[in-house]
Amino acid sequence: MKNINTDKSSPLETGSLEELSKVIEKKQNEGSKKVKIILICISLLFLFFMLVLPLLVVIINALKDGFNAYKDAIFDKYTIKALQLTGLATVSAVVINTLFGIIAAWTISKYQFKGKQLLTTLIDIPFAISPVIAGLIFILTFGNIGWAKGIVDMLDIKIVFAVPGVILATIFVTFPFVSREILPVLNAQGKDEEEAAALMGASSFKIFRKVTFPHIKWALLYGVILCSARAMGEFGAVSVLSGHLRGKTNTLPLHVEILYNEFNTTAAFSVASILVILAILILIARNIVEYKKKA
Amino acid sequence: MQQQIVKIKNKKETRVIPGFGLSMGITVTLLSLIVLIPLASIVLTASKLSLKEFVAIVTNRQVVHSYMVSFSCALTAALINSVFGVILAWVLVRYDFPGKRIIDGMIELPFALPTAVAGIALTSLYADQGWVGSIFAKVGIKIAYTKIGIIIAMIFIGIPFIVRAIQPVLEKLDKEYEEAAAILGASRSRIFFKVILPEIFPALLTGFGLALARGIGEYGSVVFIAGNIPYQTEIAPLLIMTKLEQYKYADATAIALVLLIISFLILLFINIVQIRTSKYTNK
Repeated sequence: MKNINTDKSSPLETGSLEELSKVIEKKQNEGSKKVKIILICISLLFLFFMLVLPLLVVIINALKDGFNAYKDAIFDKYTIKALQLTGLATVSAVVINTLFGIIAAWTISKYQFKGKQLLTTLIDIPFAISPVIAGLIFILTFGNIGWAKGIVDMLDIKIVFAVPGVILATIFVTFPFVSREILPVLNAQGKDEEEAAALMGASSFKIFRKVTFPHIKWALLYGVILCSARAMGEFGAVSVLSGHLRGKTNTLPLHVEILYNEFNTTAAFSVASILVILAILILIARNIVEYKKKA
Repeated sequence: MQQQIVKIKNKKETRVIPGFGLSMGITVTLLSLIVLIPLASIVLTASKLSLKEFVAIVTNRQVVHSYMVSFSCALTAALINSVFGVILAWVLVRYDFPGKRIIDGMIELPFALPTAVAGIALTSLYADQGWVGSIFAKVGIKIAYTKIGIIIAMIFIGIPFIVRAIQPVLEKLDKEYEEAAAILGASRSRIFFKVILPEIFPALLTGFGLALARGIGEYGSVVFIAGNIPYQTEIAPLLIMTKLEQYKYADATAIALVLLIISFLILLFINIVQIRTSKYTNK
């Protein structure tokens, strides 16, 4: 047999089982403690610089001019309007994309048909597109040079540079989030249970409610959380479609941008801190759901 | 295995679960309305340009430079993220230390934080008067408003992609291979590079591709720190935005189409990697 190892003190050569296990342990422990500490330090440093510091910057800059200035910036009427628009866009995106995600994941996992992989890839498209391009395509569709401009005029609604455009952009960029989360769970689960229920005469709604839904509960919640996070934070796509009109078509991130660009830095960071708090809440919610999923 | 047996038995696959037509119909309709049709608008608008015009726009010097800036910075950021991502995933999976749960939870911060907030925070941090920027400014290194700043922003948004891609694979890794290697006398670094790394490589590649695609397309977190100097720190998404603001829709569309094609190629690459690995791992 070829001698694969080149290490002279290899346990295979020394022979006894006891010595073997002792040497393995020693090998795994020696230097392992040092490596462990080094790696942990590198990780902590990296995360501190990349994640913690930016958070600190926001909080400290927000409070730089004192608590009253902070309160003024947050309760400013434009901020409230921006918050409302962000909320509206987020809720719309979550509702529509959750409905879609459930139906799409159900379709892909419970039935056999050609083009499954294609369908999955198509659904994932918004995930890989630059947000600016996501906004651009709606301008090209509904904007002044858009081919659907006629339809829009007929219905007498304004999409581009107005609220509907902002909502549409948010729905687009968060489109796959829910389906991406549920699909693996459904695929892993298989269709046996549903088929059994169908054979026993249950309607498809009942099958979904009683058989499928309990399985995807936590993945669904997780997808909804991710979807909300992205919807709240979307900037590029919304920036293209919004008219940047204060109090009308500005979401919270856009409002932050305006404040920052006019060098109203403290106010910008104050409003940003709202988003930071929301982000932290989302992270906490995500972690709770993650542990529930694993349980 | 079971599905294969069923397939051989019924050549005509009868659908047991009701509702295929309705659910497929809703899925395809929503998909078309929200994603496919708007997306087609780009191709539609771009096709209104003659080939010569199209080529002229995308080979314009400023445009080409913006592609290069976006791509080179995203590539660098994704590579750096790969290294740190592996370290982070390793530390989170293999080691126990106080505060580990908090750190594990924090990894997703770039996903949860709005890109604009990240953008202004990073800019403020690395500007010459910023906390970190001032340290480097003393040595003469400018971070904000340079390519380095862009790379840092792209690293920020790419962290979760690689860590979260590798973590599950590391967790499921069978320890028996490492133990066998240890018994046969391999040193720890050899075990890592020859046994563990090949196992996590597909996941690493997937995460790398996602981080790369995200970096190329990223707007919000990069545009504040970039400085947006044409030919030097102007990223492609910003150029598209600029053209839009000047109502040069044709230009914007052409540039966007090229960017789209690049993103699709990366997405395709990732999917192929995933399909091939699932063939080996039976997932």
